[in-house]
Amino acid sequence: MTIGLNEFLVVSGLLFTIGFVGLLIRRNTLVLFMCLEIMLNGVNVALVAFSQFNGTMDGNLLVFFIITVAAAEVAVGLAILVALFRKRQTVYVQELNALKN
Amino acid sequence: MVDFLFYLFALITVLGAGAVVLSRNPVNAAMLLIVSFMGTASLFVTLGAYFLAAVQVAVYAGAVIVLFLFIIMLLNVDAAEQFRPDYVTFAGGLIAAALMILGTLKLFERGENFTLLTLQELDPVGVSTQSFGMELFTTYMLPFQVAGILLLIAMLGVVFISKRDKETRKDAA
Repeated sequence: MTIGLNEFLVVSGLLFTIGFVGLLIRRNTLVLFMCLEIMLNGVNVALVAFSQFNGTMDGNLLVFFIITVAAAEVAVGLAILVALFRKRQTVYVQELNALKN
Repeated sequence: MVDFLFYLFALITVLGAGAVVLSRNPVNAAMLLIVSFMGTASLFVTLGAYFLAAVQVAVYAGAVIVLFLFIIMLLNVDAAEQFRPDYVTFAGGLIAAALMILGTLKLFERGENFTLLTLQELDPVGVSTQSFGMELFTTYMLPFQVAGILLLIAMLGVVFISKRDKETRKDAA
């Protein structure tokens, strides 16, 4: 079986799905961030595959910007996590219920 | 040969990602995430996007993972998580996963809109860093500048958020 665009899209879908399921079932905020990164990676694989198989640069450039924004997002997210940990001494989402009631 | 490499890299990527989700220790999860990112970078190489593969390794496997490990070290939260998922959530996640995979497979039944090229016949774009820079500094000049400003704002935001304010310092004292 030869490898075409479809095989790359399957890998992309699997990565996105794994990240999504992880986001739902995990409780540790740090691991939740990692699952977000996995989802972004799945999208990146699809974009690069589409870009290369269609012979245009646009998908490649979009992936470049996605990587930039993801790096910024992780930095801000982890800073929020540190600030939260100072106040609540926990990283588990089930204990972060300050907005409840 | 390329086919074999594709399957190998895809396996590394997907198994690494799955292991991240299933590992109880955050440090192990971060290490397995490197495996997954390296697999993704290898997939980019098989597609001919060498510059993006390098960026992927440098930014994700390098900077982002180091950031994660630093935070794990600072917060001292490397204890294993008690892993008892809510079963309703778990079932919802599995249904969503099944739908996603089904949707991806369904996509191929109308595949005549897509290209029928194989990986061997592929004429990759963005192979050289030069073509990348050419595109980045002409067509994508404005987004490039905006990305720079975004990084600056993110940096300022991080410094501001993680700064200890007066109140918490008084509490600690």
